[in-house]
Amino acid sequence: MAKVVFTPNVQRHVGCPTAEAVGATVREVLEGVFADNPQARGYVLDDQSALRRHMTIFVDGQMIRDRERLADPVKDSSTIHVFQALSGG
Amino acid sequence: MSDRLLVSTRKGLFTVMRNGGHWDISGVDFLGDNVTLTLTDPRDGKSYAALDHGHFGVKLHRSTANGWEEIPTPAYPPKPEGYEEKDMWGRELNWTTSKIWALAPGGLDEAGTIWCGTLPGGLFRSNDHGQSWEMIRTLWDHPLRKKWAGGGADLPGIHSICVDPRNAKQVSIGVSTGGVWHTADGGASWTLRGEGMRAEYMPPEQAHDPISQDVHCLAQCRSAPQRMWVQHHNGIFVSSDEGKTFTEIKGVEPSVFGFPVAVHPKEPDTAWFVPEIKDEKRIPREGKLAVTRTRDGGKSFEVLTKGLPQTHAYDVVYRHALALDEPGERLAFGSTTGGLWVSEDQGDSWACVTHTLPPIYAVRFA
Repeated sequence: MAKVVFTPNVQRHVGCPTAEAVGATVREVLEGVFADNPQARGYVLDDQSALRRHMTIFVDGQMIRDRERLADPVKDSSTIHVFQALSGG
Repeated sequence: MSDRLLVSTRKGLFTVMRNGGHWDISGVDFLGDNVTLTLTDPRDGKSYAALDHGHFGVKLHRSTANGWEEIPTPAYPPKPEGYEEKDMWGRELNWTTSKIWALAPGGLDEAGTIWCGTLPGGLFRSNDHGQSWEMIRTLWDHPLRKKWAGGGADLPGIHSICVDPRNAKQVSIGVSTGGVWHTADGGASWTLRGEGMRAEYMPPEQAHDPISQDVHCLAQCRSAPQRMWVQHHNGIFVSSDEGKTFTEIKGVEPSVFGFPVAVHPKEPDTAWFVPEIKDEKRIPREGKLAVTRTRDGGKSFEVLTKGLPQTHAYDVVYRHALALDEPGERLAFGSTTGGLWVSEDQGDSWACVTHTLPPIYAVRFA
């Protein structure tokens, strides 16, 4: 199962403990995590289920390319970091 | 009379209470967070607070006996596959709530009904105290909605919602930019209103097009709902027929530019404005902060300055940052430079509560 680590800055708004979920893409893994923590979903994804504009996601240290469909591949041993982008200031 | 104010600021929600004739800050919630607007529902006393967390998006909270709880944020429906819509800048229009810009209670006979206006232009209604939201698709899918444009922000938005006290199915909204819209059937159908308004920032052939009007704030008199007032990007306009037609009020000193308007609940001819130098400067004229008041439907205006700073004041008062209490006696307003003033005599005189708050976005009696 892939591991998902959330930015500490989101924790004061909604609890997002490190979680694990099965999936072949970022989308599949995140949806698995959000199924158990639905309130966290809107803090990371927008109304169209795309990554929020000033959020960023890394898979094993590489920033993802597909911010809309979140189709970047994930291995079973992957670690996904959900972070804030510096673009927001 | 209201003894309590909720003040929404860039860095938290401040509660201000009247104690022994003085108004003092009595508490703060969401300290450090960007609170953009509140509503306190007069039907049940519940308060709602809109927050904008930037990276993490727009959120909505509701008061409980023990504090606040997060409730669902109005969400846009999935954009149809392959559907493309550009904003006025040629960028893809993201169907996602980017700001909550209006919150209004439904009618007295509609317990739990809340209206919510958003950027980029979606109107939402909840019938369960905000626990769930329905987008008003009839307005979002109206072909003229795509002609809405940015005004107060890059994206168009609904900032004013007036529910007719005689019949809650009659709702008027103000759009920046997009004019005044009205439904007579609870949102099933919509009509563009606002003939008579004038947009001096548009080419001459479009200056009088009702959809080109940058309404900054729309207010409706509670006891005489046919009377509506508009603070517009380039003027003050008044309507005596529920917003169907407007008359421009010209020559108001020190300026006809501003953001908020408040109308007395029982005296439709009495309204308050906060003038700024239009529109490229947006500061009080000569550094003198003032409120203007008409008591005769706009024939004349008084410039109210007693208790307000008259030198080097650069306070800007946003459209939700002027509040009038339920009987129409007390007013309060807050500014972008963190000043907060209260009047207990309809604006004749003002007392400064503080001038050190974070930038103030909204002031509401609660």
